[in-house]
Amino acid sequence: MEFQRFSSPHLPAEHDINLMMRRVLLALLPGVACMTWLFGWGVLVNLALAGGSALLAEAGMLGVRGRPVAPTLQDGSALLTGVLLALAIPPLAPWWIAVTGSAFAIVIAKQLYGGLGYNPFNPAMVGYVVVLVSFPLELTLWPQAWHAPDLATTLSMVFAGKPPAGMAIDAITMATPMDSLRMQIGLGKSLPQLAGNSLFGYLGGTGWEWLNGCYLLGGLWLLRVRVIQWHIPVAMLGALALLAGGFHLLDPARYASPLFHLLTSATMLGAFFIATDPVTACTTPRGRLWYGAGIGILVWIIRTWGGYPDGVAFAVLLMNLSAPTIDYYTRPRVFGHRPGSAE
Amino acid sequence: MPETPPRPLDLSFTQRFRFHGGLHLEVCQEVAAAHPIRPAGIPPQLVLPLAQHIGEPARCLVAVGDPVRRGQCLAEAAGMVSAPVHAPTSGTVVAIEPRPVPHPSGLPSTCIVIDTDGRDTALPAAPATDYTQSDPAELLEQVRAAGIVGLGGAGFPTALKLEHRQPIELLLINGAECEPCIACDDGLMRERPHEVIEGVRMLRHIVQAAACVIAVEDNMPEAEQALRQALVELHEHDIQVVNVPAVYPTGGERQLIKVLTDREVPSQGFPADIGIIVQNVGTAAAAFAAVSRAQPLTSRIVTVAGDGVREACNLEVRIGTPVRHLIAAAGGYGSRIERLLIGGPMMGFTVDSDSVPVIKTTNCILAVTAQSMPAPPPAQPCIRCGKCTEVCPANLLPQQLYWFARAASHDAAQDFGLFDCIECGCCAHVCPSHIPLVQYYRHAKTAIWTQEKQKRASDIARARHEARLARLERIKRERAEQLARKKRALADKEAGDNARKSAIQAALERVQKKKEQAGTRPRNIDNLTAEQRRQIEEVDRRRVNRSSPQDPE
Repeated sequence: MEFQRFSSPHLPAEHDINLMMRRVLLALLPGVACMTWLFGWGVLVNLALAGGSALLAEAGMLGVRGRPVAPTLQDGSALLTGVLLALAIPPLAPWWIAVTGSAFAIVIAKQLYGGLGYNPFNPAMVGYVVVLVSFPLELTLWPQAWHAPDLATTLSMVFAGKPPAGMAIDAITMATPMDSLRMQIGLGKSLPQLAGNSLFGYLGGTGWEWLNGCYLLGGLWLLRVRVIQWHIPVAMLGALALLAGGFHLLDPARYASPLFHLLTSATMLGAFFIATDPVTACTTPRGRLWYGAGIGILVWIIRTWGGYPDGVAFAVLLMNLSAPTIDYYTRPRVFGHRPGSAE
Repeated sequence: MPETPPRPLDLSFTQRFRFHGGLHLEVCQEVAAAHPIRPAGIPPQLVLPLAQHIGEPARCLVAVGDPVRRGQCLAEAAGMVSAPVHAPTSGTVVAIEPRPVPHPSGLPSTCIVIDTDGRDTALPAAPATDYTQSDPAELLEQVRAAGIVGLGGAGFPTALKLEHRQPIELLLINGAECEPCIACDDGLMRERPHEVIEGVRMLRHIVQAAACVIAVEDNMPEAEQALRQALVELHEHDIQVVNVPAVYPTGGERQLIKVLTDREVPSQGFPADIGIIVQNVGTAAAAFAAVSRAQPLTSRIVTVAGDGVREACNLEVRIGTPVRHLIAAAGGYGSRIERLLIGGPMMGFTVDSDSVPVIKTTNCILAVTAQSMPAPPPAQPCIRCGKCTEVCPANLLPQQLYWFARAASHDAAQDFGLFDCIECGCCAHVCPSHIPLVQYYRHAKTAIWTQEKQKRASDIARARHEARLARLERIKRERAEQLARKKRALADKEAGDNARKSAIQAALERVQKKKEQAGTRPRNIDNLTAEQRRQIEEVDRRRVNRSSPQDPE
């Protein structure tokens, strides 16, 4: 009898990247639902725009590169990039923000480097940063939590680029809590003076604390099903909390509390869904701790002294840049080798 | 090698240590060892490869047409790292030719083919030895001559492994199966614990180990119980039986040592370097049979399992029996077989035909269907998720090694510990991109070996070439020197002659001069008297007359 030849090991594989990506998307659902609840239809419109254009861009590039299109699209990585980008941009931003951002993410930041697994920078964050530095005004179009405009107004904002006749932009949009905090501090106000501001909730920014809670929930589930490992989120949140806590103790009037930092803006989204992108993160266990801590520190620095509304994207990209070096210096000791020698 | 002395052994073995990574594998729930070991019988034909062990293939001692008897040595060890091959039954040698053998390469290799006669006639029994009364060196020789090799799967000649220069603190007997599904050691321990214990005692006598422990996995309570009972029955109080967690690959030598002693065998080193020798339970029993019953290694226990055979079982198989025969003994193929594995599901290799024979290292045959082991899905790009790093028992970065292996960056791969990879397959098993990682590492290792072999060959060639040039140069120089010497000698001779000549010349000249001086010397004729002058003139006249005798007077 003749049999087929295979290479060991022979047991069927336990994991699957398509499944991993689908699980990441699934874990985003509570966050997406919460964000829609807080900021209205624009979230879903953005998701459709960014997700759709990411898939289109991926398909187009794969076609140009002569790679199999359908099996690669099924891995879900392009859709995930689009979704993460959509969750980062304001729900009332004009449609071309989502499209430009995700097209840039997929075409330039991912496919030109060779596609999934070869990109040194987190594509969603590259896309976000490109639209952020190119169109800073459009990137401020956040509605106030629970005061989202209705569907008609949203569609008008997104596709016509202006509110329906007789409605002022300022009536619809609002600075985000993080942005507002930075501006107020910049104007010389102290934190206790801001306590009554409706933008600030119990723990973080109003509404944002819920959103971060939802992402945290999804992230914990990802940890539980072992799609991600604990090192990066724990190191990032830990470093952010420590740094924020230290400065908050020094001068509570100037520096926001660690809880505010943890539960406002994109902290949890970044910690569990963006910093943990395996392709662009460190791969050694110790390296992941450094990598996560680096992101946490940079996030706090950029938020506190930087010029942009949030630091997660820049922090992640900067640490992407350092990941190979960190990996090189944090190689684990190989079995049977002396401590301290990688040889 | 570590300069720091290894930590002292805790001989109570109460603590278990962890090696990095590893996997809990839930396969082969049906334990083949649950059924008693059955003899597989004598097949019509046996195929005995000359290379059944690590090292040099054995040297054939028989010719086609020779009748052979059970226990007869058919091929002798060719060097130190080699092992002889014996006839498992009586019959006639019908061919000595390349045949398909169970090897991952799938390449045929030289085999002695015996048509069995069914009578199973043995050689006259050799005298058995009481090992307790024998010198270890003598026992080693018997183990070597019996062709005993490691039966755990590696097939390293046992006698060689038992020879050691360092004092041995611990003889560790490995009863932890190397992989799930394999149950030959489990079966042996359950059914023949006395053989195992006696073998362990003998090995201990040979290596003079201070301590001795038998390790079984915690999912083999029957084997553990049987061993404990045998220890009591044999009044053996100085051998311990311990269990270790059934985490793959605890059955690996280095991993087992780590789990029990927290010592790590140095990379590129041997367990003996840290005072430990590891032997498989089957090897111990086979070595005991070789000494106490003068039985060479001609049979072994093989597990036949997988969802493609009707009944999983342990069989006592004569070396050389075709796999086909074993499958038949296990009730035949139950359904359509996708792959036939030699070894376990993690490190075993596929063979394309069931005509390959069982050899000394064959511990398991798995016939599996496409349902339990479907063809692997196409590989996707590596996303550096690090799952491989989590499970690697060598604490490597498999994903980095993969990139280096792909790029043929051999130096970098070695720098990242490629040769510390034991090819256990944990990384590939958990890879979500379904990349055949082990295949990449094997390829890279082979490429490096080939490169080094070529480099060695070219180094030798270069050394030879340089030696030849040097020799030619030396000969040339020597010739030149010789010539120069001769020339010099000649010149010296000439110079010597000249000197003699000139001395003669000088002497002659001196004489001449003297003569001349004598002839021409101005005479003292001044102030002479007339008489004196007259006398002088007379003498001169006479002299002139005398000096011209032709002048007649």
